[in-house]
Amino acid sequence: MNIRCVAAMLLTLSGVPVYAAGDAGRGAELYEARCTGCHSLDANRVGPLHRGVVGRRAGSVTDFAYSPALRKSKLTWTEANLDRWLANPEALVPGQKMGYSVAEAVDRADLIAYLRRETSTP
Amino acid sequence: MSKIIVAQPAPLARRNFLGQAGGVLLSATAISLMAGCETMAQSSNKSESQDVAILNTALGLEHEAINAYQLGAESGLLDKGVLDVAVKFQGDHKAHRDALIATIQKLGGKPVMEMKLGDYAKALKADTLKSQTDVLALAAKLEMGAINAYLGVIPAFKSGDLAKVSGRLAADETLHWTVLSQALGRPLPGKALSFGA
Repeated sequence: MNIRCVAAMLLTLSGVPVYAAGDAGRGAELYEARCTGCHSLDANRVGPLHRGVVGRRAGSVTDFAYSPALRKSKLTWTEANLDRWLANPEALVPGQKMGYSVAEAVDRADLIAYLRRETSTP
Repeated sequence: MSKIIVAQPAPLARRNFLGQAGGVLLSATAISLMAGCETMAQSSNKSESQDVAILNTALGLEHEAINAYQLGAESGLLDKGVLDVAVKFQGDHKAHRDALIATIQKLGGKPVMEMKLGDYAKALKADTLKSQTDVLALAAKLEMGAINAYLGVIPAFKSGDLAKVSGRLAADETLHWTVLSQALGRPLPGKALSFGA
């Protein structure tokens, strides 16, 4: 077990959400490896563009064809909701379209840290 | 850059014979991919609808790949030998597309439509491609993305048959990525189990 997994466990035990302590640098590498098949920061592709996602209303990117389920979800992409989404999209929004999930809490935290960083970078 | 040899396609007559079985024009690949999915295709439920959503995401990836290779082919940046390979790989993606469309329709879904070539050009920043290496690097990046996507969605499929299809699609994309990487002179992955990680 690596040190970041231990840290994640400690954070969980102390009541601090793991996603609050992500490593944006590692998140960038994970994003490149796992997300760029379908997503880009600045262009709608198979999935919607990601820059600005943190704090954005779900299903709100212009010109992207969302599932009706996500469009009607009334979710806002808080970091907590992004964590739930990445862990199991279908559990959070039944009927959505994304089949990909991220099992490890540390990986989700790093991805969210990266998306948070890029949200504030034009 | 290494020379790449592409095998000749199967005789048209045989492919047409296979493709017209059942009265619907499908590629042999489409028929092969769909083998084993027949029983599943006869009924409709929520799990299948989720599977259709994943298949449509895959179809979106194939549309993008076909158009990316088209942009590369039309760029004027590719040598003849490399162009032949690009066209071959594009043909593989067209076979994937046809198989996915047929499967989605069998399951009662509506296949996602292809966008215009110009939309793909904009999304993929095709205006930044200035050399053959740039084109190959973009193709390799997209193939790697598709590999990881296809491997990543396997656990989400309710149907084991469709999960297998996703694995087979990932295998084709891995072949493409390997050839492109070698053509770019890139090293092999340093570690085992590097795909889908």
